[in-house]
Amino acid sequence: MALDSQKTDGFKQVGTRPDRPDGVDKVTGRARFGADMTAPGMLWGAIVRSPHAHARIVKIDTSKAEAMDGVKAVVTRADFSTSVAPARGMRGEMWNTLENVMAGETALYDGHAVAAVAATSALAARDAMKAIEVEYEVLPHVTDVDKAMAEDAPVIRADTAEASVPEGMHPNVVRYHESGHGDLGAGFAEADLVVEEHFVTEATHQGYIEPHACLATLGGDGKGELWCCTQGHWNVQKVCAALLDLETSQLRVTASEIGGGFGGKTTVFIEPVALALSRKANKPVKVVMTRSEVFRASGPTASTSMDIRIGMKKDGTITAASGVFRCQGGAFPGAPMEFTAMCAFAPYNLKNVSQIGYDVMTNRPKQAAYRAPGSPMAAFAVESVIDELCNKLDLDTIDTRLKNASKEGTQASFGPKWDRIGLVETLEAAKAHPHYSEPLKPGQGRGISCGFWFNHGGETAVSLALSEDGTAQLAVGTPDIGGSRASMAMMAAEELGIPYENVRCTVVDTASLGYNEISHGSRVTYASGLATIKAARDAVKKLCARAAAKWGIPEDAVKWEDGCAVPSGPNAGEHDPMPLAKITAKMGATGGPIVGHFEATPEGAGVSFATHIVDAEVDQETGKTSVSRYTVVQDAGKAIHPTYVEGQFQGGAAQGIGWALNEEYVYGDDGRLQNATFLDYRIPVASDLPMIDTVIVEVPNPGHPYGVRGVGETSICPPLAAIANAVSNAAGVRLTQLPMSPPRILRALGTHD
Amino acid sequence: MSKIHVTTTINGDEVEFLCDPRETMLDVLRDRLGLTGAKEGCGTGDCGACSVTVDDRLVCSCLMLGAEAEGKEIATVEGIATEEKLHPLQKRFIEYAALQCGVCTPGILVAAKNLLERNPDPTETEVRYWLAGNLCRCTGYDKIIRAVMDTAAEMREAS
Repeated sequence: MALDSQKTDGFKQVGTRPDRPDGVDKVTGRARFGADMTAPGMLWGAIVRSPHAHARIVKIDTSKAEAMDGVKAVVTRADFSTSVAPARGMRGEMWNTLENVMAGETALYDGHAVAAVAATSALAARDAMKAIEVEYEVLPHVTDVDKAMAEDAPVIRADTAEASVPEGMHPNVVRYHESGHGDLGAGFAEADLVVEEHFVTEATHQGYIEPHACLATLGGDGKGELWCCTQGHWNVQKVCAALLDLETSQLRVTASEIGGGFGGKTTVFIEPVALALSRKANKPVKVVMTRSEVFRASGPTASTSMDIRIGMKKDGTITAASGVFRCQGGAFPGAPMEFTAMCAFAPYNLKNVSQIGYDVMTNRPKQAAYRAPGSPMAAFAVESVIDELCNKLDLDTIDTRLKNASKEGTQASFGPKWDRIGLVETLEAAKAHPHYSEPLKPGQGRGISCGFWFNHGGETAVSLALSEDGTAQLAVGTPDIGGSRASMAMMAAEELGIPYENVRCTVVDTASLGYNEISHGSRVTYASGLATIKAARDAVKKLCARAAAKWGIPEDAVKWEDGCAVPSGPNAGEHDPMPLAKITAKMGATGGPIVGHFEATPEGAGVSFATHIVDAEVDQETGKTSVSRYTVVQDAGKAIHPTYVEGQFQGGAAQGIGWALNEEYVYGDDGRLQNATFLDYRIPVASDLPMIDTVIVEVPNPGHPYGVRGVGETSICPPLAAIANAVSNAAGVRLTQLPMSPPRILRALGTHD
Repeated sequence: MSKIHVTTTINGDEVEFLCDPRETMLDVLRDRLGLTGAKEGCGTGDCGACSVTVDDRLVCSCLMLGAEAEGKEIATVEGIATEEKLHPLQKRFIEYAALQCGVCTPGILVAAKNLLERNPDPTETEVRYWLAGNLCRCTGYDKIIRAVMDTAAEMREAS
């Protein structure tokens, strides 16, 4: 049926650039974010955190705090579920989350929550927090991934490793991945040149400007309300219910406007604590993290130690490639090493390839997803080696990548055969871009890198209700982290044939739709978009049925055109087109409300590739790097709202620039985080960056009605490597450790002499 | 500890409040006066999300005590639009998608408006350095800088 075929042109809404529906709220200060909500009788919560990297909790004395004026509740681990049980690896994730939200017997990292208090004002809560006395027995700690794998490393938690971990490995190695195909030995023997290199990246934080914040109300009857900034409120509902022994449906969660997430708001930190405090005090409790808490206790990404080996013929053909990826994700299993391994060689069509990943625990905060988790580090390592091979064999870096590029039908390094993909198109567009042929100025270096991300579908439910006046209310369940309400309204308007302004898209609470997976995996415009289109088509079918009944003709003799039901086919007869508003005006009397809906788990999320071009200058005296020009070329499948697609490209590039040049978690010998402020953890500011050019490539994803591919994450995959290649080419020495901060660059330049 | 009585002007209106001597101006705006447009991104003056002007001077309200507002004229994001009319910066920010999540936007608008009042024809470099105290993690600043530059041009033409 025509309704299900892919539409790739003739759009009226898609591809235009209308204003976002939340725009006015956000420029006037009206938009309500996590910390902007209050409730009558509200208390303020504060959380006591471990000052030690690893310590047994001997005793918690809350008596002084409880005796203070205004203090209404104190909670410790005893106030959370006792039925959630530990298990190996990711099977124990619910217990891992509980343990991370509130420590049990042991504080596992600097910043780990050990108790919490609620009082009548924020200041009273802070004072009471300081009066809670915790006695610790300090234990040996480890924060470095390689040291955590060494024989003498302290064990973070015994019996956590999955069965797949090879025998003889340290108990801190908790998960293992291997994949690949072909014959590495034969492949490397065919090569004219083999380059092997060790790479290190430091942990970086998502750095959203809005700290975690929530307002919780939970009564003794087990009924609760939670307002919070999150990328996925159904997940919050599920996890909080489990951690507090509630029935899931009794806890209604509403997602606030979200002040950035980038993966870091895909889990819970303070929400269960606020609920526990509220239950105990029987009053609403608001908890807002400080920036220091965000750095110390919410999830950064993994740090890595990687070994890459690639063999190449003189003509640029890659004959073999192998990589070992060690990722530490803090004091719990979950470092995204399988993604690091699987993304590493994804851009290339390789006969012989092997990738091995290790998930390693250390005394650091539990890692959380960060924009294409695991992929940027892999690209940094692999694309650096490819750049080195091209330099040594005097090959063009884009031509060499084109020669080896993955395309439809070739086998991915991690197994499956590729569907329609757009890597070659991004490389060709990069090659054709004026940036690539612009001569470099003295002291500048140019870097190229490709990047890959899988993208994701996930459980999705959408509802589209028509109003009597012919306008539409679109209810989605994926928090809007990049302008998605505009894109959803555009897709609904496209299908219904009504103006964009006539669709109001709202992110609704957990009581209003079926389960919606988190806004992660670049899934929103793909999955909620697909669901919106199908929900609109469901509504259109119902509209056509009403017209058919009115005209007294079969339903299949009516089709939908430009916002009107029109007769179609030989037996339809002559009838004037019936506009949507004319049908909805009478819907109460012709069968009742007209609502389209869609619930499913779409599985056709098309992967996305990108190619970035960067020019950088290195000050040989100070070691400071300036990015002088930056171009992002990425496959979007189909750009629904091109301005917001550009925004994703630019934002990912900027975060990548920070990761490459400045950002890192710095730990002291005592295992404590030394730079838990924006002054010392320096994300790029406006004066650090150039304009960021974008090229939107559109190779339609066969799995979406309009060809959409997710775009949010792929944009952060190439920058680390592209900048490292630019810096290495400018400095004349290969940089193998991130961030390429001035001291590291100066050290590298020193060894080069 | 007894509270301090403060009389001040916020967005042109006289306002009285009581505050704890330890409360910041940002705490007062958000938690006592319900003006939640200014955001707390760091509490240490590093992110600029809480930017307001005090007697036309751009400040981080998290670095100022509520008690210091006595007798001052304070302007916040809530005062930028007049009745139903958005300021040209606000319109341009929406049109250019100079915001994604929008949490840094109030501070950036307050800072950008203050810049254009001082310098109606700033260079790109001047805009970038003026806004260097306002962190944005979503946009990479490209569309923000373009929005400010083009608004400045538009306002110069209109005046």
